[in-house]
Amino acid sequence: MLKVSYYPGCSLHGTAKEYDQSVRSVSRALGIDLEEIEDWSCCGASSAHNTNFKLSIALPARDLIAAEKKTQDVMVPCAACFNRFKTAEHHLCHDPALKAEIEEIVGGRYQGNVAIRNPIDIIVNDIGLEALSAKVVKPLAGLKPVSYYGCLLLRPPEVCRFDDAENPVLLDRVLTALGAEACPWSFKTDCCGGSLTISKTAIVTKMVDKLMKMAREAGANCLVTACPVCTANLDMRASAGAGLPVFYFTELAALAMGQEGPGGWFRLHRTDPRPLLQGLGIL
Amino acid sequence: MKSFLEEVNEKVNGVPIQRCYHCRKCSAGCPMTGAMEHNPNRVIKMIQMGRREAVLNSATIWLCVSCETCITRCPNEVDIARMMDVLRQTAIETGVGAKEKNILKFHEAFLANIRMGGRINETSMMVHYKLKSGDLFSDMAMGIDMFMKGKLSLISPRTKDMGSVRRIFDKTRQS
Repeated sequence: MLKVSYYPGCSLHGTAKEYDQSVRSVSRALGIDLEEIEDWSCCGASSAHNTNFKLSIALPARDLIAAEKKTQDVMVPCAACFNRFKTAEHHLCHDPALKAEIEEIVGGRYQGNVAIRNPIDIIVNDIGLEALSAKVVKPLAGLKPVSYYGCLLLRPPEVCRFDDAENPVLLDRVLTALGAEACPWSFKTDCCGGSLTISKTAIVTKMVDKLMKMAREAGANCLVTACPVCTANLDMRASAGAGLPVFYFTELAALAMGQEGPGGWFRLHRTDPRPLLQGLGIL
Repeated sequence: MKSFLEEVNEKVNGVPIQRCYHCRKCSAGCPMTGAMEHNPNRVIKMIQMGRREAVLNSATIWLCVSCETCITRCPNEVDIARMMDVLRQTAIETGVGAKEKNILKFHEAFLANIRMGGRINETSMMVHYKLKSGDLFSDMAMGIDMFMKGKLSLISPRTKDMGSVRRIFDKTRQS
């Protein structure tokens, strides 16, 4: 049993609930015991760092300090939360004056002794791809995903320290372990437009349409993500007819492991993935 | 009197931005240059030239999405994304406001929502943003769709220790 602390973040309780539910379901099956961090609060996402530096460090610091009550790694599924925690950690470790100031603002001491990790990292490095493959009962044959890593899991590399920032492969390997045919493509880490999806929707649509076009060119029939904002944009902002189905990688892992849940989650997508999956005989 | 360049460098607190030698890897990788008035490396030059008003009043600094591609590729490790954060923060602190008004209103609605409940309730945050921006009807169909699917609840769990969250906001309040 691998015990980790769990920081779902705000969107996993709302618009990204399929991600939360599938992460929990997959973790249970893989022997990962998730313990939600006590009384957590929002990491501040992009709005804090866009407008107020100290706020953007203090908000995640509050949760880092809470997480340190248990000496175990913290699983953070949302890429934005992951990036904010890693950034806060980076600043707190490199700037003692700032650390003292933030500790005073938050009211606690930061030790820097718990590791912040995303679920791809934990599944690949702690559970192992072989152990994952061994649990697959319904290989995702015929599914041709492109892995869409987005920005915040990877950049800046010295902060995130996860995979290769220009050509990451770990998500592709997970999908291969699930029996899917991960298609190589050049847009793994191209931005989806992020939080401009509300205030500058037209720009995001242009960016998403390009990603969809490139995915098709790569021979893909779907995209796979590990970020709530990327998923929302890819799933909902493509122009009519331009979109392909989008999955959180944990939804596909749950499907391949024969779990209950995927049917319900797929109903929540805006771009219905069920025709594709039913056509391939996977659902 | 501090120059604009000195002011920005102090706040970025990293590699001095004038190390930029305009190789343009940042601008080549930036996904938003199509919508920006100035390329990221041009913004650095404008700061060096002291063009404070032009920079702080630009839409450019608000359109940066902090994808961090620039700093990842810069051969001189200039933290352009952090520089953009600093320029936004300076525009707010000095009362210049945002050329892209709705982008700032989104951030304000988001942060007000955290201050209220410790965690974001996406529904109430969106309502707040729509009232602030006057953009009432776009995404209506999408919103209703999500609501019917149970993805937009009106009530969601809050942080219990709201005192500690409010203290963070109060102590980091910008004058």
